[in-house]
Amino acid sequence: MKHNQEFFWPAYSLCKREVVRFFRQRSRVIGAIVPPLVFWFLIGSGLGNSFRGSNYLIYLFPGTLVMIVLFTAIFSTISIIEDRREGFLQSVLVAPIAPASVALGKILGGAMIAFLQSMIFVIIAPMLGASFTFLGFVFLLAILFLSAFGLTGLGFLIAWKMDSTQGFHSVMNLFLMPMWFLSGSLFPVEGAPMWLKCVMLFNPLTYSVTAVRMGLFSGNFIVLRSWPGPLFCLAVSLLFCAVTFSAAVLSCSKKTIGENIL
Amino acid sequence: MTASIPCAIAIEGIKFRYPKAKTLALNNVNFSVNKGEIFGLLGPNGGGKSTLFKLLSTAVIPSEGTIRLNGKNPFMPNGGLRHELGVIFQSPSLDSKLTVMENLVYQSLLYGLTGSSMQQRIQELLKRFKLLEKTNEYAGTLSGGLQRRVEIIKALLHDPQIILMDEPSTGLDPLARIDLWNVIKELKESGKTILLTTHLMEEAERCDQLAIMHQGELVAKGSPQTLKEEVGGDVLTLTAREPETLRQKIESDLGLKVSIVDFAVRIETQQGESDIPRLMAVCGSEILTLTLSKPTLEDVFIRRTGHKFS
Repeated sequence: MKHNQEFFWPAYSLCKREVVRFFRQRSRVIGAIVPPLVFWFLIGSGLGNSFRGSNYLIYLFPGTLVMIVLFTAIFSTISIIEDRREGFLQSVLVAPIAPASVALGKILGGAMIAFLQSMIFVIIAPMLGASFTFLGFVFLLAILFLSAFGLTGLGFLIAWKMDSTQGFHSVMNLFLMPMWFLSGSLFPVEGAPMWLKCVMLFNPLTYSVTAVRMGLFSGNFIVLRSWPGPLFCLAVSLLFCAVTFSAAVLSCSKKTIGENIL
Repeated sequence: MTASIPCAIAIEGIKFRYPKAKTLALNNVNFSVNKGEIFGLLGPNGGGKSTLFKLLSTAVIPSEGTIRLNGKNPFMPNGGLRHELGVIFQSPSLDSKLTVMENLVYQSLLYGLTGSSMQQRIQELLKRFKLLEKTNEYAGTLSGGLQRRVEIIKALLHDPQIILMDEPSTGLDPLARIDLWNVIKELKESGKTILLTTHLMEEAERCDQLAIMHQGELVAKGSPQTLKEEVGGDVLTLTAREPETLRQKIESDLGLKVSIVDFAVRIETQQGESDIPRLMAVCGSEILTLTLSKPTLEDVFIRRTGHKFS
């Protein structure tokens, strides 16, 4: 009972508010979907002819899906900076809430937004020749949700200590975009030079992109034998969620003497 | 103040230093607030009121000293005591993109209030604060006074025993201020303890008890009446082209106790009316203006700090 009071309901409150606010601001909804679509269409069409043997638009599709998740997840955590600046966070921080509940509510809210946005894109996938088995579809949903949760957690970590949205954008460009470039979205890991390959193998997004590719085309060909396999990708995504979530809880429960959390 | 009644708020030896700051924002502050009182923290901006407010709201942990709310330590883990605390911040904490109702529902959930008991409580407070017809409006579109009322409802949803308000009348027009004070009195009548910070004398006058703060220290405490009586008699304030010469002349010729506060000559006296003709006779030509007044809280502040309240 007490657990519900201090954990579940506050998290539910923060999560629901996040989703309601997001869909109320149409520019944010469009801003997270249209740029990746344009990006996908232009780069995909332009590079398509230079790629021999396969359709680059289709190759780029899983990565674009992950990019939508990345954009939405990360940008939804900007709300933390806004909440702090506009004062809403004050009342959250003096309420009797477990820090894990604050982190869970915010991250789950952002993750749900990102997940729902990516679903819009999944709907058009069959038109591009993707065909998935039932199991593949479930796997795809699981991977998209876990990626959304992990990336929102990462965004939470970055945003919690920041007091300006400008700072957030520079981190985005410096750190998160390269993370996407090196995820196998634009070019396969196998073809990259050795040093880049090493970086890509340590990038959690590589496994998201690989898994999304497997899920989307699960009906087209069997990929079970290749490495990394679906279970490995799932495990990496779960680990990514666990790490970012724990770090997020730690960063918002830190309350030392003299520290001003408002 | 009898020792047998437990204090709603007790503060002992509080010191606070902001990270990287050279000076203490609060230096050895002690006071207690009895249950059911309206307690005012009066002081100029930068006096330490807001810092003390943050400490009481449990947002910040003191560097030294103890705070007890209803006899308990509010900084114990799991924040159990926060249920007894209602906090109204100076800067708005409403979500302007949500409706009044949504703001209140999400706030209730933060305190674990759900279902029909939550709906009932919200309706009850909306009715009491005459906001029923604004329920579905976005919080950002309300006037400052109405927003402050929603803020108050937000803080009262979980029926706290102690209510903290940081500069509650900031940004309110005179009518909304009167309204606010009616609410504060109503809260007192229903047995709540209210602590508010203010830099307005007329607001401080309405408190049961006051603590006056200056540069992070508590310089006076007591009821507004007692504090003013302490100054006693009358206050004569004189302006002159040469305040210093005037001061010396009055001291040597009339034997009155004179001080200079911000270029004005200030005399605390028991019989102001009879002193005026004597002053005029001795140095009437040097005096530009002369004011006779009963002591105000501002005089209390001047007497305790030697500075003008600004």
